[in-house]
Amino acid sequence: MSVLGSINRNIKSRLAGLGAGQLAESDDDRLVADLRHALSDDRVRFDGAERSLLSKDASVYRGGVAGPTCFPISTQEVQAIMRIAADHGRGVVPRGAGTGLSGGAIPLGAPIVVALTKMNQILDVDLDNRVAWVEPGVINLDLTRHLVPLGFHFAPDPSSQQVCTIGGNVANNSGGPHCLAYGVTNAHIEALEVVLPDGEVAMLGGLDPEPAGLDLRGVFVGSEGTLGIATRVAVRITKNRPAVKTLLLSFETIGDAADTVSGIIADGIVPAALEVMDQRITEAVENYVGAGYPKDAGAVLLAEVDGLAAGIEIDARRIEEIGRSHGATQVRIAADDAERALLWKGRKTAFGAIAQIAPDYYLHDTVVPRSELANVLAQVYEIAERHELIVMNVFHAGDGNLHPLLLFDGREEGVLERVHAAGREIVEASLDAGGVLSGEHGVGVEKQAYMNRMFSDDDLDHQDRLRRAFDPGCRANPGKVMPIGHSCADIQALRSVPTGVWG
Amino acid sequence: MTEQSRALVDTGSRLTHGRAVIDFAEEVGAEGPIAVVGGRTRWEVGGLPTVEPRLVSAPSGIVDYKPEEMVARVGAGTTVGELNAALSQHGQRSALPDRGGTVGGAVAVGENDRDVLRWGAVRNAVLQVTYVSAEGKVVSGGGPTVKNVSGFDLPRLVVGSLGTLGALAEVILRTNPLPAVSRWFRSQANPFDLYDQLLAPSCVLWDGSTTWILLEGYGPDVDAEAGRASEVGALTETEGPPDAPGPRRWSLPPGELRRFALDCSEPFLASIGVGTVLTTVVQDRGSSSPAVAAVHDRMKLLFDPSGRMNPGRNPEVR
Ligand SMILES: Cc1cc2nc3c(=O)[nH]c(=O)nc-3n(C[C@H](O)[C@H](O)[C@H](O)COP(=O)(O)OP(=O)(O)OC[C@H]3O[C@@H](n4cnc5c(N)ncnc54)[C@H](O)[C@@H]3O)c2cc1C
Repeated sequence: MSVLGSINRNIKSRLAGLGAGQLAESDDDRLVADLRHALSDDRVRFDGAERSLLSKDASVYRGGVAGPTCFPISTQEVQAIMRIAADHGRGVVPRGAGTGLSGGAIPLGAPIVVALTKMNQILDVDLDNRVAWVEPGVINLDLTRHLVPLGFHFAPDPSSQQVCTIGGNVANNSGGPHCLAYGVTNAHIEALEVVLPDGEVAMLGGLDPEPAGLDLRGVFVGSEGTLGIATRVAVRITKNRPAVKTLLLSFETIGDAADTVSGIIADGIVPAALEVMDQRITEAVENYVGAGYPKDAGAVLLAEVDGLAAGIEIDARRIEEIGRSHGATQVRIAADDAERALLWKGRKTAFGAIAQIAPDYYLHDTVVPRSELANVLAQVYEIAERHELIVMNVFHAGDGNLHPLLLFDGREEGVLERVHAAGREIVEASLDAGGVLSGEHGVGVEKQAYMNRMFSDDDLDHQDRLRRAFDPGCRANPGKVMPIGHSCADIQALRSVPTGVWG
Repeated sequence: MTEQSRALVDTGSRLTHGRAVIDFAEEVGAEGPIAVVGGRTRWEVGGLPTVEPRLVSAPSGIVDYKPEEMVARVGAGTTVGELNAALSQHGQRSALPDRGGTVGGAVAVGENDRDVLRWGAVRNAVLQVTYVSAEGKVVSGGGPTVKNVSGFDLPRLVVGSLGTLGALAEVILRTNPLPAVSRWFRSQANPFDLYDQLLAPSCVLWDGSTTWILLEGYGPDVDAEAGRASEVGALTETEGPPDAPGPRRWSLPPGELRRFALDCSEPFLASIGVGTVLTTVVQDRGSSSPAVAAVHDRMKLLFDPSGRMNPGRNPEVR
């Protein structure tokens, strides 16, 4: 059975167990009244349009049901919401821009949706400590734009950076092309003010290098909204790069590009970015933005080195040599900033380009050892072909982070079953190659059913304990991450039958 | 193989545990207070054992090292020195500080290397942990790849936990390439101005009057960085920094080092841009807020209900 089918079935069986659909109208009315009293009338919404919008995110999952939606503007308001939620026995789902791809922000069981988009102030840039204090609703790119004139930037640069929020980045431990050398979000978060599920406010981590106690900040990053709500974030700011060199290498096959990537890492070079695009996506991108990508190449590798002037020359030359030894047919080096921007524009608009080709896409996310890239990619193409699906690959190759993109038309009968069957095989192939479930999109609802393919029951039991130390009642983002059979997998206060079908 | 250890091998997960890990789990068992001994180089951190625990030692040795992947899987009982020596054969190093102790000890204590600006923090270097739980079970968290967000982050929970949540058996660490050139310089100029001027120093140490700077990378880049620094004040090449004036380790926001230097009457060596200070007196670190303490207490209770793992130690007390 497909993941889709099994999620659907599990939700239904859990609903049955809980006597779903019993939510009295007056319960909601009382909840909304309490929330409006704590916030304001216009910042607590409960109308049909809002609820339907906030029942989704950028993933393919449908069927969430939102309870009242709150737009707090302060930590105190978030705290008040948490306490009201506790009093009413409701779950709480934090939400940023809703660009998550694993269903993390999808409300299960009509929880209170806490939309953090109005908490969007950059509070302080502290150059002495090299941190910026921001509210969670600040948009990733807005922060970097604010910092660049000061000589700094925020290093994690997800492809969605024009819209996604710092709170979402923290919750998903997001990555981006330049996280190869600089590390993903977790390496860039110094301190976090969070409202815990019991309504207490806690400061996790600190601006000093080795804060006392357990690394609760490090644990909170990547916890997908299940440990509480981040209300203020101290992000590390990184000095702007003194020198940059960008190369575009063309290959006859994607295997050659993948082998070049492992060759570069094996040579002891850690470039700023190493992104691979296969023939189909390269052609789509080229038709879309005209970045000068070779449409006939089997694959292209976008490599960037940055840092000090002499080192980047040496590394760029080595990358070119390694590429040529793996059959690179062409090596183009960006001559200036304009050309570099153009090369990156191709990579960054890849998703826009896809919209031109198929109405729907499902973007996967697994990681494999870099030496396994060519092997697993070959399997990905074979799997897609067997399920009669078009697949494109554009991915963070330097980290071994695959992003197979399955294109389909959702109106076609039975296509979703095929998409999910292919997805499951891709995950299995990645795990078999020594890889992991997700490199940056998280588990959410998408990969819950796979958790016990990667972890033993004892492993998962300890993850569940970690969760419950923060959230004994399992009320923060209920029903996410932990698979069925673990205490926090049950959707607390799940009372409304999901409308519509999953997928 | 006993029935119990057979059960441990068949974890259902993708990770198969080696013989040494299984034996270690049997040694730790499920009852009675235990403490893991490493190199005893940081034995007093977080308090000495209160009751007399049974002492156990984690497996040692490098299980699997893939230089081309820049990851190494090692027994927690391996010494950091042995690990780094093996990695250096392939031009690499780990982020763990080598102070004579073991890998497990370094991870459990979680203190960073002096040159943390180059190697990165220990907490960012641990990709996967395998430990024996208070119930005597083998538990793993994290994954073998350099990037991974599959589930809750047990590795970060374990780094710095002083072995109070489980007994570390094995870890997978990210490794880093060694620089082509390493050179120390000395200067009398303002350390904060020097730090701001440099693009990528590996270490900047200051004793209140003299600053020592470690520059690393390709030769011409090191020359260029030294050139940039000398725009702030004259630089002299030197052998290296002096020994730490004392064993006490402070952790301060780097922006507070100026004030610290004015207030401090003891000899010290401060890491500019980092905030670590080595001196003779103990830092008063206050105590956790009630909200944070409550999470700590629940965590300990959930992971080690009987309090048998490293009794007496408390990661909140440093
Ligand atoms: C076109 C496209 C490209 C993308 N590219 C990348 C990429 O390159 N790298 C990458 O890592 N991801 C990428 N993503 C995924 C997504 O953009 C990131 O996960 C992003 O960080 C989510 O931010 P958001 O504000 O949209 O969060 P949302 O989707 O709103 O929420 C995501 C999760 O965070 C939780 N959350 C949100 N705010 C808070 C808070 N304040 N406190 C606690 N929990 C909170 C939510 O409950 C949810 O579980 C991409 C998505 C799209 C659509």
